[in-house]
Amino acid sequence: MTKGSGLKATAWALGLAPLFWTSVRFFMDDLGANPIEALLHWAGRWALILLLVGLAITPIRRLTGWNQVIKVRRTVGLFAFFYVTLHFLIYLGLDQGFAWSFIIEDVLDRPFITSGFLGLVLLVPLAVTSTKGWIRRLGRRWQQLHRLVYPAAGLGVLHFYWKVKADTFWPLVALAILLGLLLARSPWRALKKASS
Amino acid sequence: MLIRKPGKISESEVTPYELYLNRRRFIGRAGRIALLGAIAPSSLAAGDLVPGEAEAATLGPQEDELTPYEDVTTYNNFYEFGTGKADPARNAGTLKPKPWTVEIGGHCERPGDYGIEDIIGRFPAEERIYRLRCVEAWSMVIPWMGFPLKDLLEFVQPTSRAEYVEFTTLYDPDQMPGQRRRVLDWPYVEGLRMDEAMNPLTLMATGLYGKELPNQNGAPLRLVVPWKYGFKSIKSIVRIRLVEDIPATSWNLATPNEYGFFANVNPEVDHPRWSQARERRLGEIRRRPTLMFNGYAEEVASMYDGMDLRRWY
Ligand code: HEM
Repeated sequence: MTKGSGLKATAWALGLAPLFWTSVRFFMDDLGANPIEALLHWAGRWALILLLVGLAITPIRRLTGWNQVIKVRRTVGLFAFFYVTLHFLIYLGLDQGFAWSFIIEDVLDRPFITSGFLGLVLLVPLAVTSTKGWIRRLGRRWQQLHRLVYPAAGLGVLHFYWKVKADTFWPLVALAILLGLLLARSPWRALKKASS
Repeated sequence: MLIRKPGKISESEVTPYELYLNRRRFIGRAGRIALLGAIAPSSLAAGDLVPGEAEAATLGPQEDELTPYEDVTTYNNFYEFGTGKADPARNAGTLKPKPWTVEIGGHCERPGDYGIEDIIGRFPAEERIYRLRCVEAWSMVIPWMGFPLKDLLEFVQPTSRAEYVEFTTLYDPDQMPGQRRRVLDWPYVEGLRMDEAMNPLTLMATGLYGKELPNQNGAPLRLVVPWKYGFKSIKSIVRIRLVEDIPATSWNLATPNEYGFFANVNPEVDHPRWSQARERRLGEIRRRPTLMFNGYAEEVASMYDGMDLRRWY
């Protein structure tokens, strides 16, 4: 076993467990009275959770000095993209029945959908350039490009906030985590600059 | 025990509401023809209203089958018990629907505190099968037990000053743990204009599927206004007041640009965040078109003649 492969396995388990568990519930008809809504919300939640987990990895490494953890960042990020895509496909197919006129109206006219859609759009180039080849080819610009994950997560949080009717508790928790992660970044950089 | 089902009837034979009531009284328990069938371009008949056994004889463009008891009682918006759809079924055990008193007051001749037994005894329950359309674009078909609000109002005799009816839900965070968080400005308040309250379709429900109302569905007494979005149909009512001014209702106070006082089901007026043109009937995959006034236009549209329904959403 190479170093860090246990960690990788954990990341895969984290990414696949929701899919496995929800498939079981789906086939046992245990998703409640509105399974389409349940699947849509489930995928959206895991997209957001994994985006935030992915964003937490660099701060965790810096704060704890646990360098190995960086090895799973890509896996977590790609799983986040996987759930966003799944969420979008569930929306298109199951929720909207591919009714394009309704879908286009949603994306263009309803800020709650527009924000989610922009979040997805920002994530596409990141997923595409996640391979070793692209990392090499883009060099320093790769890092700059991948900072787009912050606005993408921000749009995801905004989308979630606009979606709820009255109970803003969980969207605000997500916002607090995102802001905390942003803060965990900047003081670190300031410190590093000061000490060098 | 599945009793007789009526055969198919064509749209032109659809029974007028008054006649339906008479016929229904005549048929009694033997043939539970749905009111739904009498007032919509489809007909529904349920035998013994036991989950799973209910069967529908339908025609017209849309079929209306009863939503299973299980779904009706586990998928609820009742924020007093939590904001998740499954929360009310899980948490409503703390509600004590007996004993229960409803305070009736305001501009009427017979104000007073009425015990729930009193109310149930005075106004015999009949069965009404109605579509329920939630503002969130999903819908159900529910066999309610209850009596017309009209009967209760006629009993308490509103005075000429009564223009609106205001309803209030219980406020008691011990019984309703969701009220410990201020997601809405508790207690929940709803209201109807007097003509809407007196409309024969407007029901005070005390049961569903032939049983007492489960707590999560608004025990022991709730409103059912089938041509309006579900949030108008206030649950677990403790106060009914006859008032002069338009009541300040909970969702309207919370988000006035999204939830109006009238909240009539209207496929042409979208919610700011989603289309109201279609809905998902629970149990179905494809969305179906939403009907004007939830399919009850014939009974209720005249109340809104001359009103701009885009403005008065
Ligand atoms: C960064 C990308 C996205 C993230 C992180 C995200 C996340 C979420 C979350 C957390 C929820 C709420 C789940 C819940 O209430 O439990 C949600 C709901 C929803 N999302 Fe997304 N989403 C994203 C992109 C999209 C896209 C591209 C679409 C469609 C164009 C979309 C459509 C929806 C819809 C229709 C709902 C359900 C709304 C409702 O039931 O009221 N989302 N999303």
